[in-house]
Amino acid sequence: MKLLWILLGGAIFGFGLALSGMTKPEVVLAFLNFDDFGLMLVMAGGIAVTALAFHFGPRLRAKPPCGEYEPPDAKLRRGTVLGAVLFGIGWGVAGICPGAMLASLGTGNWPIVYGIVGAFLGAYAQGRWAPEE
Amino acid sequence: MNLFPNGWWPYLAGGLLVGAGIGGIFLTTGLRAGASSFFTTTWSWLSRHDYFQRPVFRDARTWRLAFTLGLLVGASLFAARSPQDFVTRVAPWRLLVGGLLVGFGTRLSRGCTSGHGICGISAGSKPSLLAVLVFMAVAILVAHAMRAAGVTP
Repeated sequence: MKLLWILLGGAIFGFGLALSGMTKPEVVLAFLNFDDFGLMLVMAGGIAVTALAFHFGPRLRAKPPCGEYEPPDAKLRRGTVLGAVLFGIGWGVAGICPGAMLASLGTGNWPIVYGIVGAFLGAYAQGRWAPEE
Repeated sequence: MNLFPNGWWPYLAGGLLVGAGIGGIFLTTGLRAGASSFFTTTWSWLSRHDYFQRPVFRDARTWRLAFTLGLLVGASLFAARSPQDFVTRVAPWRLLVGGLLVGFGTRLSRGCTSGHGICGISAGSKPSLLAVLVFMAVAILVAHAMRAAGVTP
């Protein structure tokens, strides 16, 4: 049951990413180049709804139907900022981020496979040669 | 200056759905679903290396795979009814190099646009807000530099 909820939530997330154009690197690059600020609306809408769920969920119900409420991870680590710098370079070079590139594959954007392969290799390199804690 | 030359409602509606997906997963399972961890937890099936075999990754690999399948299914449902062309013209080398940096960087930072950007900020996490300001600023600088250098598409 838990996996079905996750699959459904992921599908709503993925539909939203495709509807908003975030699955297209061109649309993300248009934001980063200040041609179209739509990405800000996507972030604002996503944060507004998620913040409501995070805030009111645990107050309305002690336990979710499947599992426990996970506490937020708000720890500043050595890698937090350095990792964000490297991610920012990659995002600026290609206009792709993790959720959007995975959803993008669902839209039939086959060249995104280059990005997904790159992300798997990058995550492997991080785990092998720059693990934390 | 028009901030939204291609309209605003698909962005806002898409963003609200992104929040509905992440919020819905939290309300039903208690999980905070960022996307980038999938690139690490999936390696736990393939690599015996200690890092990837940590319980924190092994225990999450199944739900993170389900989450990713959901992303693919949801996006494909939209694409199936849309006349848009979804195939990017951005050069393969940019996607590969960008992907490498995105994979390495998000996992080192422990979050991406969804993990730090949506989940972290929604939880009021200051480190996440810092990460978002840093990756936004860097990405804006890099994208402008790429355009100035004449790299298109």
